[in-house]
Amino acid sequence: MDVAVLHEGEAEGPLLVLEEPLSFWGGFDPETGRVIDQHHPQAGALAGGTVLALPGTRGSAGTPAGVAEAIRNGSGPVAIITAKKDVNLIAGVMTARRLYDICVPVVEIARNDLASLRTGQRARISDGQLIILP
Amino acid sequence: MPDPSRTLRLSDIDRAHLCGENGPVLQFAAEMVVRAAELMGAEELIDVSFIHVDACHYYGKAHVDFARFVVEGGGRLTLPAWTNTVPVSVELPDMRPPEKSPDFLAGARELMTLYEQMGCRPVWTCAPYQLPGGPGLGDHIVGSESNAVTYYNSAVGARTNKYGDFLDVCCGLMGRVPNAGLHKAENRAGQILFRLADDVSERLRGQEMLAHVLGHLVGKAASSAVPVIDGLPPETTLDSLKAISAATAASGGVALFHAVGVTPEAPDLKSAFHDNEPASVRTVTLADLRTARDDLSTAAPGTLDMVALGTPHFSFTEFARLAELMDGQKVAAGLAMYVSTSRHVRELAAQKGWVEALERAGVQIVVDTCTYFTPAVRGATGRVMTNSAKWAYYAPGMLPVEVCFGSLEDCVRSAVAGTVKRDESLWQAGGA
Repeated sequence: MDVAVLHEGEAEGPLLVLEEPLSFWGGFDPETGRVIDQHHPQAGALAGGTVLALPGTRGSAGTPAGVAEAIRNGSGPVAIITAKKDVNLIAGVMTARRLYDICVPVVEIARNDLASLRTGQRARISDGQLIILP
Repeated sequence: MPDPSRTLRLSDIDRAHLCGENGPVLQFAAEMVVRAAELMGAEELIDVSFIHVDACHYYGKAHVDFARFVVEGGGRLTLPAWTNTVPVSVELPDMRPPEKSPDFLAGARELMTLYEQMGCRPVWTCAPYQLPGGPGLGDHIVGSESNAVTYYNSAVGARTNKYGDFLDVCCGLMGRVPNAGLHKAENRAGQILFRLADDVSERLRGQEMLAHVLGHLVGKAASSAVPVIDGLPPETTLDSLKAISAATAASGGVALFHAVGVTPEAPDLKSAFHDNEPASVRTVTLADLRTARDDLSTAAPGTLDMVALGTPHFSFTEFARLAELMDGQKVAAGLAMYVSTSRHVRELAAQKGWVEALERAGVQIVVDTCTYFTPAVRGATGRVMTNSAKWAYYAPGMLPVEVCFGSLEDCVRSAVAGTVKRDESLWQAGGA
């Protein structure tokens, strides 16, 4: 799988795959880490401790704050896999790293590679590689 | 420290910031702006002259921690920096009862203080373009709130991408943005043409309600492309352009649209598309508009609990229309009628005597915030009527409400009657 590192770091966890882009302001509750956008196919899913795979973010300017807030209180993902160079995701993880010294790596993969990922698989990001564990 | 890619040209001052010569705040700001520039494929950073700040809109402790990091590290916004709406109204604390969320209220207020200390002008509005002294045609700015980004790009002809929280402040602290996206002229060309069909009457084309409905339709269909609307009358008002901006940004990801013969970068069809052919052409019929209008209502007509106006914030001209429409009538007993606006516009409306007259009629004027994310005083539940496509789009997901969409005139008639009343005649074939 071709991987571009958008934000460096190492992490491992169970995959949570979102089929559609998500707004982290209004569509996600950073207190609980839950997807609350009722129109989203993964509405109700919990992002805490996961390697979150999603096509990208959408909507409000509040998205970086939702990402940083979830990372701060431990309800956020431990790593993020995305299918675009998503500036809002990076603004969120960079701020969390600066303020709290918590590193949530972000990698970009092709859209069809993203589609091959399955919720519950275990994923590891290490040395600029994405490894899906059997 | 990131290693800026060789293709990104930086000024000596940018490099000094990046190396930490001007302290940790500007260093972090530069790191974030440079990273954004790399991701966006920019070759240089350019100066900006104005910022509309969204990071002041409290969401959690990370917002406060970031603002403290900036303020305590000496970071100041030295360019004109105007603040977006916030989730609390200082004047109407019972819109978000403190006993229900004391930490939230305290955090939101602390954040407001921090952004004033950072050098912001505390206007607390999602419609900063209604205030004098803002940016103009061709100005590069930092926009954040989605309707304001679309309005500044489209109705004003200023240039901005949609900058998310923290990146907005980092760009503002540096006074620099990546020269990418809508800052570049070639990315501002129209892509999809939406042409109003002949069966859309002249009378309907002149209605502000049409702007909300059309914006909702165009946003859904255009996603994040640049749509061009052909068929709006040249006298289309700024309030209508506000409606299209808010609706296209809510239902899609539109950050720039052109309206032929109306908006500054589209004096004619050819210039809207930069002399290119549209990638696709869509004819918008009366039936399409009726479907889009119906899509904005989740409830059947019936007894009303609330009427919500002013999303985005009500303008001076909208106050003039509302004052005239109310004309001595009173809001029905038990019904809450809210108008969200900025302090600046409320002051102008007060000078005309409209605020006093409206309050006497039972209308509550709300400043600094908006009713679709602020639970209301009498409990925002039940059936709500609004004239805003944006309110109608967001509120049912954020509050326990059902929505009926209508025109400003419909909203006033319904508020007085206590039940939904809509003028269907505009939407009949022939527009009788």
